Amino acid sequence: MAGSRSFLSKLGDGDEIARLVTFIFAGSVVLITLLLVFELWRESYLPRHKFGFGFFVTSVWDPIFDKFGALPFIYGTVVTAGVSLLIAVPLGIGAAIFLAELAPARVSDALQFFIDLLAAVPSVIYGLLGVFVVIPVMRQYIQPALKNSLGFLPFFQGPAYGVGFLTAGMVLAIMVIPYIISVSREVLISVPRDQREAALALGSTRWESTWKVVLPFARTGIMGSIFLALARALGETMAVTMVIGNTPTISASLFSPGYSIAAVIANEFTEATGDLYLQSLIELGLVLFLLTFLLNGMARLLIVITSQRGSGMGQA
Amino acid sequence: MSHRLRWRKFVSHFMLTMTGLCALVAVAVLFFILGYLVYHGGTSISWNFFTNLPAPVGETGGGMANAIVGSAKLLLLACLLGVPIGFFGAIYLAEFSSGTIAFVVRYAADLLNGVPSIVIGIFAYSLVVLPFKHFSTLAGGFALGLMMIPITLRSTEEFLRAVPRALREGAMALGASQWKTIASVVVPAAYRGILTAILLAFARVAGETAPLLFTAFGNRFWSPGWNQPTASLPVMIFTYAIAPYDDWHRQAWAAGLVLLGLILIINIIARVILSRGVAVPRT
Amino acid sequence: MKRLASLFLAVLALVAIGVAQGALSINGAGATFPYPMYSKWFDEYHKKNSNVEINYQSIGSGGGIKQVTEGTVDFGASDGPMNDEQLKAYQDKHGFPILHFPTVLGADVPTYNISGVSGELNFTPEALAAIFLGKVTKWNDPLLADANKGVNLPANDIVVVHRSDGSGTTYIWTDYLSKVSDEWKNKVGKGTSVNWPVGLGGKGNEGVSGLVKQTPNAFGYVELIYAIQNKMPYGKVKNSSGQFIKADLAGVTAAAAGAANSMPDDFRVSITDAPGKTAYPISSFTWLLIPSKFSDGTKRDAIKGFLKWMLSDGQNEVEKLSYAKLPKEVVSKETKDLDKIQ
Repeated sequence: MAGSRSFLSKLGDGDEIARLVTFIFAGSVVLITLLLVFELWRESYLPRHKFGFGFFVTSVWDPIFDKFGALPFIYGTVVTAGVSLLIAVPLGIGAAIFLAELAPARVSDALQFFIDLLAAVPSVIYGLLGVFVVIPVMRQYIQPALKNSLGFLPFFQGPAYGVGFLTAGMVLAIMVIPYIISVSREVLISVPRDQREAALALGSTRWESTWKVVLPFARTGIMGSIFLALARALGETMAVTMVIGNTPTISASLFSPGYSIAAVIANEFTEATGDLYLQSLIELGLVLFLLTFLLNGMARLLIVITSQRGSGMGQA
Repeated sequence: MSHRLRWRKFVSHFMLTMTGLCALVAVAVLFFILGYLVYHGGTSISWNFFTNLPAPVGETGGGMANAIVGSAKLLLLACLLGVPIGFFGAIYLAEFSSGTIAFVVRYAADLLNGVPSIVIGIFAYSLVVLPFKHFSTLAGGFALGLMMIPITLRSTEEFLRAVPRALREGAMALGASQWKTIASVVVPAAYRGILTAILLAFARVAGETAPLLFTAFGNRFWSPGWNQPTASLPVMIFTYAIAPYDDWHRQAWAAGLVLLGLILIINIIARVILSRGVAVPRT
Repeated sequence: MKRLASLFLAVLALVAIGVAQGALSINGAGATFPYPMYSKWFDEYHKKNSNVEINYQSIGSGGGIKQVTEGTVDFGASDGPMNDEQLKAYQDKHGFPILHFPTVLGADVPTYNISGVSGELNFTPEALAAIFLGKVTKWNDPLLADANKGVNLPANDIVVVHRSDGSGTTYIWTDYLSKVSDEWKNKVGKGTSVNWPVGLGGKGNEGVSGLVKQTPNAFGYVELIYAIQNKMPYGKVKNSSGQFIKADLAGVTAAAAGAANSMPDDFRVSITDAPGKTAYPISSFTWLLIPSKFSDGTKRDAIKGFLKWMLSDGQNEVEKLSYAKLPKEVVSKETKDLDKIQ
């Protein structure tokens, strides 16, 4: 089209060229993403046809007899993520409340700065500390202590290896706290002042206004931050595989070693001989991808809803 | 009456102190990690570490020179893929489009951002390693670049959008075409934010290990060119940390310190750049 | 800023190109069992032939088989020989067969971490199978105590450690257990990756040694040199003649003695539970998996050159790392077979 025109008139079309060029770059993002999803789907057809939905409820993972079931990995992924949230959510929301409500703005910003740095620490470094610090501490102090005090619960029974669901959950908790804190803090800050002031004017204490008025107002956004944290926890690979014990086990005990989807892919992908084996791992990857996709979508929705509420109200 | 009030006040003070403790714990973890790395890594960093190749298994005196260069090459490739797509794609989103196409692109970017890094590794393996029949720096750089794209794209778009309309309209009123406006007015106005976005994306992928496991693979020697497997800092840390050799553990600490130090410095620089510039909404 | 960036890029490009010239890069991957030996060999060979860099990544035997079949590495390594199905898969994919070349003899040893016990424990085949089947769970179980009279075994739970990745070391171990225990053979079987009844998973021989070293009451199987290099205690195993043998050069060599003369043409043989009074029962060859055809002539010559060196000078290095030399008969048979590589 532009080939036969003179140079000057091409300059006039500069905008068109710029639009085209940048469109190509933007479009390539869509293409790459589509290709990725397509590849995952295509390269997992063997187990999908052979096992169907049974894949998700079988707990046998036997490369010799070509039997593959995703249940132990789904279980491990869910349990470790759940444990991490149990620890991270109270801590994270608590810290966010402090930063949003109590701390003077400069202190709040400074602390948030450090928390953002915490979010930047790579997974393998958490794994490094997990292996040399967390595992021995768990094995020597925390797990025996839990066993002695709460050992009647099925969660805290069995030998204390140091590795296992609980350890992985704890390491994950540290990794996801920054996400909960930074999003919750923003959401809390955006709650209109009148809400707080109204509560205080009616005689509530600082805590009561926070707990009974501000938090419920920001509830949806905080839920969003939790979903975000959950999505991060589910996809974590290195830190988990270094502390979880790498054994496909389903057990009520948190001391038991286990496996997660990301960890098994990392360990077994390069050596999966046989197409069914390899494609079963890819199907696991597809499952993980779908889970995180759903969670991220929900998270974004919730956060958007809250911020709209926050800016919309305040006049009523 | 006053009894109940005193109790409520006590609860208030107590709970608020607890929240302070929570914040303290979160921040303390960061300093604990740093302190531990400095202590263990600092004592293990030596000239050998930076200049030697890995020694045979069980022998001491090896280093991570090839891993450091390998990581640099991988990150260079990642930037070559991630930055142009992110930057120009963001220009398209902010300046040229609206409505459905923009929605689709943003949606795809968010999707890509949410893909677990190990799955990105699977994708890069089937797309680059298998057809070329080689583990390679190229494959590793491709995987890391994919991860950079959405971060760069979304952040750059936000910063471009934040440039005041008045600036754009002023330039166009003076007769500049759209692309000239973008190139000489909008982008320079937003350059601080864009630089920050790139730096943060860079720091993010610098520490990634999982996608490199079956793309860049590993190498005990220097990796010639771009089509051979290469060692990288994060993968070396992983390999050495789970092994039983004490010398390897020491090297893992040193590598961890170097890696984390680099990432934190980039993060700090990025945020300082940002805070000196226009106040823009954080993504 | 811009000038600095372009300068940096130029330097990097030069480094990349400069290193690219001269060095022929050959990539291999596979077993962790012989990794200490291979890393020493490739290092030595590179010192003698500075234009050849053989980069070996220890990702486990399963990985070695898989990646050499995919063609992403130039050669593989495994301590569990490829089975007929895998050989056929290679042949179908590439159009020519892949060859097994034994390199050294090694041993799987039972290693443990029990406080108060620093010496050698005696393990019967029944005890080993029972522990890994999960039937014996405590260190002071009668099955263990009977063979170790006089040793104070604690009443602690045994923490079994096995491989989490596809492993030839696992193949050797499970091959042995399948021979001495019918229950193991039927329930679990032998292979590079099995459905373990109990235990924690470690990645590579490195990972298993790491776990055993750091976990009290742990019990795992590793290649001999890993136990030695990390100063971990390892036990004696009762062989088919009823003798408790500790893994060492003599025991492993004795185990291979019978196979030396009756070595099959493709070199795939199992020497676990070998006959002989002094034989160590969990010994094995380990193999390099070499394609029989190379499209790149320089690579082929480099690999053949290495193999020749490995079979002559290289064999003199192995005993320092507690691997046993290949029997003479095997070496001469292999040297003849080098011509099969085209």
